[in-house]
Amino acid sequence: MKANNKFLMRLRLIMVIIRKELLATMKDPKSRFVLIMPVIIQGIVFGYAATYNLDSVPYALVDESHSHYATEFIAHLDGSGIFERVATMQGTADIASPIDTGQAMIVIHIGQDFAERISRGETASVQVITDGRNPVTADTAAGYVSSIAATCSQELTGQKGLVTLVSRIWYNPNELTRWMFMPQLIGVLALTQVMMLAGLSVARERENGTFDQLLVTPLQPQEILIGKAVPPILVGVFQCTLMFLLALFWFRVPFAGSVGLLYLVIVVFLISCVGIGLTISAISATMQQVMVYNFTCMLPMILLSGLATPVANMPVWMQYFTYVNPLRFALEALRRVYLEGASFGLIAGNFVPLLIITCITMPVAAWMFRHKLA
Amino acid sequence: MLSRKRMGALMGKEFTQIGRDSSTFLIGIILPLLLIILIGSGLSLDVKQLPIAIVLEDDSPLARDAVSFVNESDYFEPHYVPSMAAAEQLMDRRTIEAIVRVPADFATQVGRGHAEVQAILYGANATTAASARSYLSAGLASWQADYSARHAGAATGTRGGVTVVTRQWFNDANTSTYLFIPGLIVIVLTLVGVFLTALVMAREWERGTLESLFVTPAQSLEIIIAKIIPYSCIAGIGFTLCVLTAIYGYDVPLLGSIPVLALALGIYIIVAVCMGLTISAVVRSQFLACQMALFIGLLPTVMLSGFIFDLHSVPAVVNIIGHVMPATYYMELIKTLFLAGDNPYLAVRNTCVLAGYAVVFLLLSLRLTRKKLD
Amino acid sequence: MKLYSDIYGVTDEVRRQRIPELLAMTGLAPFTERLAGRLSGGMKQKLGLACTLTRMPSLLLLDEPSVGVDPLSRRELWAIIKKVVAQEHMTVLVSTGYMEDAEACDKVCVIDHGRVLAEGTPTELLRYAEHTCYRTAVPEGIQPRVLQAALMDDRENVLDAVPEGIEVRFNLRRGRTPDALTARQFFPQLAPYPVPARLEDSFMYLLHQAAGSEDGGQEYAPLPSLPASCEGRNRIGTAGAAPVAEHGDIDIEVHDLVRRFGNFTAVNETSFAVHHGEVFGLLGPNGAGKTTTFRMLCGLLPATSGQLLVAGKNLRTAPSDARRHIGYVAQKFSLYSMLSVRENLEFFGGAYGLSRRELADRIPEILEEFALTDRQDALAGSLPLGYKQRLSMAAALLHRPRILFLDEATSGIDPIARRGFWRRITSLAAAGTTVVITTHFMEEANYCDRIMIQDQGRMIAIGTPAEVMRQGHAQQMNEAFINIVEAGRAADDYDPFAVKKKEGSGDAEP
Repeated sequence: MKANNKFLMRLRLIMVIIRKELLATMKDPKSRFVLIMPVIIQGIVFGYAATYNLDSVPYALVDESHSHYATEFIAHLDGSGIFERVATMQGTADIASPIDTGQAMIVIHIGQDFAERISRGETASVQVITDGRNPVTADTAAGYVSSIAATCSQELTGQKGLVTLVSRIWYNPNELTRWMFMPQLIGVLALTQVMMLAGLSVARERENGTFDQLLVTPLQPQEILIGKAVPPILVGVFQCTLMFLLALFWFRVPFAGSVGLLYLVIVVFLISCVGIGLTISAISATMQQVMVYNFTCMLPMILLSGLATPVANMPVWMQYFTYVNPLRFALEALRRVYLEGASFGLIAGNFVPLLIITCITMPVAAWMFRHKLA
Repeated sequence: MLSRKRMGALMGKEFTQIGRDSSTFLIGIILPLLLIILIGSGLSLDVKQLPIAIVLEDDSPLARDAVSFVNESDYFEPHYVPSMAAAEQLMDRRTIEAIVRVPADFATQVGRGHAEVQAILYGANATTAASARSYLSAGLASWQADYSARHAGAATGTRGGVTVVTRQWFNDANTSTYLFIPGLIVIVLTLVGVFLTALVMAREWERGTLESLFVTPAQSLEIIIAKIIPYSCIAGIGFTLCVLTAIYGYDVPLLGSIPVLALALGIYIIVAVCMGLTISAVVRSQFLACQMALFIGLLPTVMLSGFIFDLHSVPAVVNIIGHVMPATYYMELIKTLFLAGDNPYLAVRNTCVLAGYAVVFLLLSLRLTRKKLD
Repeated sequence: MKLYSDIYGVTDEVRRQRIPELLAMTGLAPFTERLAGRLSGGMKQKLGLACTLTRMPSLLLLDEPSVGVDPLSRRELWAIIKKVVAQEHMTVLVSTGYMEDAEACDKVCVIDHGRVLAEGTPTELLRYAEHTCYRTAVPEGIQPRVLQAALMDDRENVLDAVPEGIEVRFNLRRGRTPDALTARQFFPQLAPYPVPARLEDSFMYLLHQAAGSEDGGQEYAPLPSLPASCEGRNRIGTAGAAPVAEHGDIDIEVHDLVRRFGNFTAVNETSFAVHHGEVFGLLGPNGAGKTTTFRMLCGLLPATSGQLLVAGKNLRTAPSDARRHIGYVAQKFSLYSMLSVRENLEFFGGAYGLSRRELADRIPEILEEFALTDRQDALAGSLPLGYKQRLSMAAALLHRPRILFLDEATSGIDPIARRGFWRRITSLAAAGTTVVITTHFMEEANYCDRIMIQDQGRMIAIGTPAEVMRQGHAQQMNEAFINIVEAGRAADDYDPFAVKKKEGSGDAEP
């Protein structure tokens, strides 16, 4: 009974801090704005920007064949709805200039012997010149040309090839990169702000002198820690919800998993971010230091999380390095829950690194609160 | 009007101050190096050693031969599994990225002239899935060509087919390291220019140290210029470090001319530093300056300037937003200079645009700084 | 310094000769290579002055040059100013809240609420307060501050009162005589005698007059009446009021306290004890180790060695509940500026474990006590300085602590507000709260039961104000302080490099 009372009292103390933190954050209209608008704007803009799919491919044509077959091939291109001819050139002399100027994404070159080879029953080739400065788009565009060429071949030869690769793409039938990015943005956008909020929370109080005032109260470091950790997590959950709704209703990425599991991932992930943020906060004396340290952590965290390029493409030593990056595991879990509808059992492994990070950072932060030298 | 002596004194002061500020060192020197090392080797879209499962439902030598290309390929790391169920389980555990299934009647179908091989790809990693598919179909196609040659006449129609030969114009080695490193340099410049300047200046506004400078006879233009030059130097150092690492560490070719690179660099730095000054003069608080610098400076530079995502593939609105940002022009120019060499048209156009931005932001920061003091 | 001379376009030759001269004059020469941010408050001010003087302007504007500067440094600062005025025929315009500063000027102009109240030489200004100034010995067995409070509460007759050593000095309102004092009812033995006026008396007179003509003095000096318990005590017994129980319970005990930062010793082998219900003052020049001692007492900083007991426990290691007994008011306003007055109080009350019911009772009470009721919904950050200071006190007293720590609580507030502040301390002490306070206003030492003077980390004097003044061979606390500090420094070869500890953590801004 008595222990229970004691516990309730401690709980009340924590609630007091949480209430104060929330009040202090939410009262300022500027901070409210900073917490909501960027998420929405970035969510929408990046949602559109983060794609490797092409809706239109401006191309330049060099047709040296001038044959019936060439015209047929070009008709296929122009009829695809994706390819859009922006220039027609006479010779190969200045073949790269449309790419140089950024006028065209690819140049399609049909050689003089094109028709002749086809008539002879040989395979004729179409040369595609792509812009290596943007290899992803280049490959995608070249892929589109290939598939048109395949259709063309089939019509010309009147038969299918000996072996066809029939591909089925699980969880993302149209291979939309946006489907891959949107669930990840849920985590990334929350990360930047939650780490910043958690990071600044202690440093700001140190800079304003209010932290001493807090330390002389009977509050214990772990209570201050929890009190400081909960508000950024709440803000983060709110931001994640905004992004989730954007993904679901604005970009219409179908949600395959369970909402409960998605939120479990979000919360566990946010706790680990807050842990890192608070540790940074506890070791810094000024807000500027926090921002700089935060930033130094955040950029590699984001870039090496698998957001833009898959973790599997990294050199092996660096893949080990990403084990300390909570974002990597969170993004994978988010993607799997969102697109695959993965069950808890399948993503359980992703929680382990997140929890380990939390278990290390939180006590360190609490200890640093009191032991950092002024 | 401007006194050389006063400027010298002001600048001397800035340099001394910068030299003593660890955050400048961190952002100006350590972070660029860290980024270029991590990203240079970690950020890659090139698929290597992709784990895939092979399900040979037809265990005939022909079937084995058809998919044998995966054994020698650098791209794949095949796991032969006995059944689809086993393969799907591996997929669920995220041990493999794709399943290649050779159906039970494969050999029979080949005999009849047309067979299918099924590929199941993990769509949540859309970029990897796309690469895997194209490698698989290329592998199968070459097997098919071999096979046809060996069994001549098996599938010869009256007319030949069409195939695509892709030639990448720049970036012949087709590695995305080449793509990311020049872009990374822009990120670093933006980081130092916008983020660091905004942060440091906001602190000066907060502490009121700027005011004490303004009561001296120094003109605001002098003060602004004295701020621009040291930060430009830091950015210049970061830039040089990156370029050297790119050229000597990662063997990225620098095809363009150094004077053009340097000129554009100079202009872009002024744009970035003035942007930082403008932000800090508008918000005058470290927290908001940091958020603003992130929101309008850095994240868009990563996401919208063509660093990772090609602006060709985004909707028009996003493309326009991307082209509002000065970073986009510099990104395009620097990628071209590195990978494509000199391109007078692009160089002149983008340099002019950047110069325009430089003037606008310089005037803006000057005006705002002056106004805030009244 | 080089920067400023360049900005002002001083030629090289002049500079080469001027800079060493100024450095020598300001006594900064040994610190030439030190970062400005690392200098102590007094040195920073001198540096600021030196920087401005590199050009030898014909008009020098000084805005509150001696805020946060101890008497010693202030005297040095004025020595420099006087020297340049004499040498260069420079005009110096100083704004200040310190009477010592004003007395050093040739001409003084008193401004309040944007209006000029009076103008003239310091001597001319004295006329406002002439024939109103008295001093009286404090009767045996009561503290000067109690008598001072009793006098202040007699608003009809008394304009102002301050304790001075074992006496109290007070100003009567115009047309009143000492015989009418209500205080005489409790203290029949009072024997006031007239004394010559000081600039401060005139100043207080002018301020009261200005405030009075506007709003009856309420807004400006919201002095609370004595709480009932205290009132009673005063009345009955001032008589019976056993002054501080000299041998009563010990609330704070410090033994051989040492604190080092690297190889610099900020606090060196300090021992003292504070009794229950005592008002204990920590005095010392800037960088003497006051704040460090203070932070160690509150458990904010670990001690390098030595014993330290507050309410019987070391706050650094004791369970957090031990902190329930203390209240803490920091040097800088350190409540949440984004929260309203009420929200701040609710938060701190909650943090000290008051239940919602207790809070509901206590908050209106304390708002009333500190005259904050009408501002309870204002954001704490938007309050004027005096209100902020009262709010800090209110937040620290919400949970009725046994010991109250106040760090430079009165810097930057005007004399009238300061009187109100001390009036409250008197009530608190009377009600049995132990108060530990640091201050750099030497006059304020007179309010304390006992004071301790620190310099360069060492305790160089401790005792009642009267004892300390005797030790310093002076009639005035200021004098006594300077004498003691100088004697202390002379005793062991003053080494300026020993003062490495920085106050606060200002960044380098040359």
